[in-house]
Amino acid sequence: MMRSYCRSHLRTLEDEAVHILRELAAERERPCLLFSGGKDSIVLLRLAEKAFRPARFPFPLLHVDTGHNFPETLEYRDRRVAEIGERLIVASVQDSIDRGRVTEETGPRASRNRLQTTTLLDAIEEHQFDAAIGGARRDEERARAKERIFSHRDEFGQWDPKNQRPELWALYNGRVRRGEHMRVFPLSNWTELDVWQYVELEDIPLPSIYFAHQREVFDRDGMLYASNPYIKLLPGERLRTEVVRFRTIGDMTCTGAVASDARTLEAVIAEVAAARITERGATRADDRFTEAAMEDRKREGYF
Amino acid sequence: MSDATNEGRGDHLLSERLAAGRRPVVGLVDDAELLRFSTAGSVDDGKSTLIGRLLYDTKTVFEDQVRHVEDVSRRRGDERVNLALLTDGLRAEREQGITIDVAYRYFATRKRKFIIADTPGHIQYTRNMVTGASTASLSIILVDARHGMVEQSRRHAFIASLLRIPHLVFAVNKMDLVDWSEARFEEIEAEFRNFAARLDVQDIAFIPISALTGANVVEHSRDTPWYHGPTLLYHLETVHIASDRNLIDVRFPVQRVIRPESAEFPDYRGYAGQVAGGVLRPGDEVVVLPSGLSTRITRIEQLGQEMEAAFPPMSVTVHLADDLDVSRGDLLCRPNNQPIVGQDLDAMVCWMSDRPLQARGRYAIKHTTRWGRAVVTDLLYRLDVNTGHRDEAAPELKLNDLGRIRLRTTTPILYDPYRRNRVTGSFILVDEANNTTVAAGMLLAPE
Ligand SMILES: Nc1nc2c(ncn2[C@@H]2O[C@H](COP(=O)(O)OP(=O)(O)O)[C@@H](O)[C@H]2O)c(=O)[nH]1
Repeated sequence: MMRSYCRSHLRTLEDEAVHILRELAAERERPCLLFSGGKDSIVLLRLAEKAFRPARFPFPLLHVDTGHNFPETLEYRDRRVAEIGERLIVASVQDSIDRGRVTEETGPRASRNRLQTTTLLDAIEEHQFDAAIGGARRDEERARAKERIFSHRDEFGQWDPKNQRPELWALYNGRVRRGEHMRVFPLSNWTELDVWQYVELEDIPLPSIYFAHQREVFDRDGMLYASNPYIKLLPGERLRTEVVRFRTIGDMTCTGAVASDARTLEAVIAEVAAARITERGATRADDRFTEAAMEDRKREGYF
Repeated sequence: MSDATNEGRGDHLLSERLAAGRRPVVGLVDDAELLRFSTAGSVDDGKSTLIGRLLYDTKTVFEDQVRHVEDVSRRRGDERVNLALLTDGLRAEREQGITIDVAYRYFATRKRKFIIADTPGHIQYTRNMVTGASTASLSIILVDARHGMVEQSRRHAFIASLLRIPHLVFAVNKMDLVDWSEARFEEIEAEFRNFAARLDVQDIAFIPISALTGANVVEHSRDTPWYHGPTLLYHLETVHIASDRNLIDVRFPVQRVIRPESAEFPDYRGYAGQVAGGVLRPGDEVVVLPSGLSTRITRIEQLGQEMEAAFPPMSVTVHLADDLDVSRGDLLCRPNNQPIVGQDLDAMVCWMSDRPLQARGRYAIKHTTRWGRAVVTDLLYRLDVNTGHRDEAAPELKLNDLGRIRLRTTTPILYDPYRRNRVTGSFILVDEANNTTVAAGMLLAPE
């Protein structure tokens, strides 16, 4: 019988990501893997297992903790880290505030999202990381569509979109000077649906808030926010109970929920496949303020 | 999967799931193949509109993105929603109204998943075109039906052939502006075929389209009753890509040696990498290069899952029968089918830096998983991409120039001619002063 030697798109993406992780491990001495407890970084962990097991990962995990996480995410983070037996470093935005590195925003729309950049860059400097692996995807946002898989950051942690290194074939150039670092994005070519399908294919457990559940929410700026201690309701805003799930799980102050009764992975995938709104457009207040919001944040050194 | 033409492909995923006692999600084709293609065209040929059209007609564009481009179109005073805006990336470029770098787009149909490398067409961006072409299996070259073959189309086709993209599609756009004329289409096709005969491309297709009206992009158009070929999308979904990979010459560049040295795995020693060519199986005799020692593959696995065979582009871990000294940068191949081992290399390069290439220039070189250093011993000629003319008197290669050079490397390189294998035949040069990638290189067979 003729063998077809075909590789499905999910396995092809996996092959590419594993290759990227192994290249990074050879090209850089002190990488870290940014682990937020969100589905993209959860998929990264599985890919790192594929790349390096049965040996340990050649890098620790780094969580930039805004202090405004969903408790379900933190609980998942700690459980998963214990299961895989790797080292987790937590860099806390609260610490950055306490040390006067950043100033807490005020007002009803205050968010610590932007402050994370300083905390991240400080952690990179403190631990002398020369590379940070992130779960960003090019389909998430238009500024990302042009970013390289190995993306250079200068000594201020900044990205220069006009001056990126050419990236050819699968020949990654991970060279940096002292004080500079690389951001490496193994999921660059994955879409939201790919991530979900991969989670299903690999049977990877996720934090419960990705699935439909009852929650107290309120409407603001056309989005549904979870009731939480960090946001004060504005006049006219009222809490109500709704069955929702989250498509991304960032900071509680800027992550919206979607009304959904998808309680299983199969149901979520079916919903994602039929979705008419991008993940960020639907649920990330941080990208909505200006048209080039993400580009600005990325230049400064955001994830 | 209901698709009768599926030939059972990819059902390993299905069986993986069934073995795990889980059923696949109904109605989703996650066993689809992946096709990477690049697009090229001169400014205003309609490339952005075409990509916007493909995304829009395959329902890849989300409502918020459509709203966004509606807003921007209105603000800019465009008379209709400008689908081209869907693909415009960074702010500076939007302001200048041009695309200046490679941007990647994603869409999927029930048959395939697509990655588009969207590259601009101006001459000063040859390097971006080369970048986009380096990972593509197919290239769409946009041609304005009113202008036919122009200098830039020739350059795009030439670069596609140089980068060994196996499939070329000439999308003859703006057919609405030439009254959907069959004669005009045939004239353009004849002109291109004549030119393309001199190129090294296996498969060429011509499709008359209008990105603006959508004619023959996703749906056949009643405006071109004389055209009986596939629509552009159908062609993308069905073009045969499985045999584009080299499944003959076994090439496994070792990326990493996995040695846990843990209590649980005291003797585990695996060689991790991505298959660059051929099919590897447990039991196969292999030679480790550059040492030349022979051994046998005992297992192929990934995360403890055993594999019967590994082929491109699989990332796997290979185990060998003998305890040899194998490290990153080494290569496994079959005893009677070995790559070229050499330190004097002949190559075509695309120069990508503001600082010109000069004879005697020294650079770092990355080839498969190996870094070394190289000196340019000779600049044989600069190639004019428009005319094919070889300028042997050229003293240097400037940004966006193509040329043939000779290199001497500090360590032996284990390679195949690029036309035989795009993985083991390619390299990059890096400027050691500032770490930027300055050249893309394609190796030629030694003379
Ligand atoms: N009549 C007509 N105009 C087109 C067609 N495709 C694109 N255009 C127009 O040609 C112009 C340039 O298109 P654009 O997609 O921005 O070109 P690009 O520079 O190649 O990306 C725009 O005004 C488009 O509306 C077509 O098929 N027919």
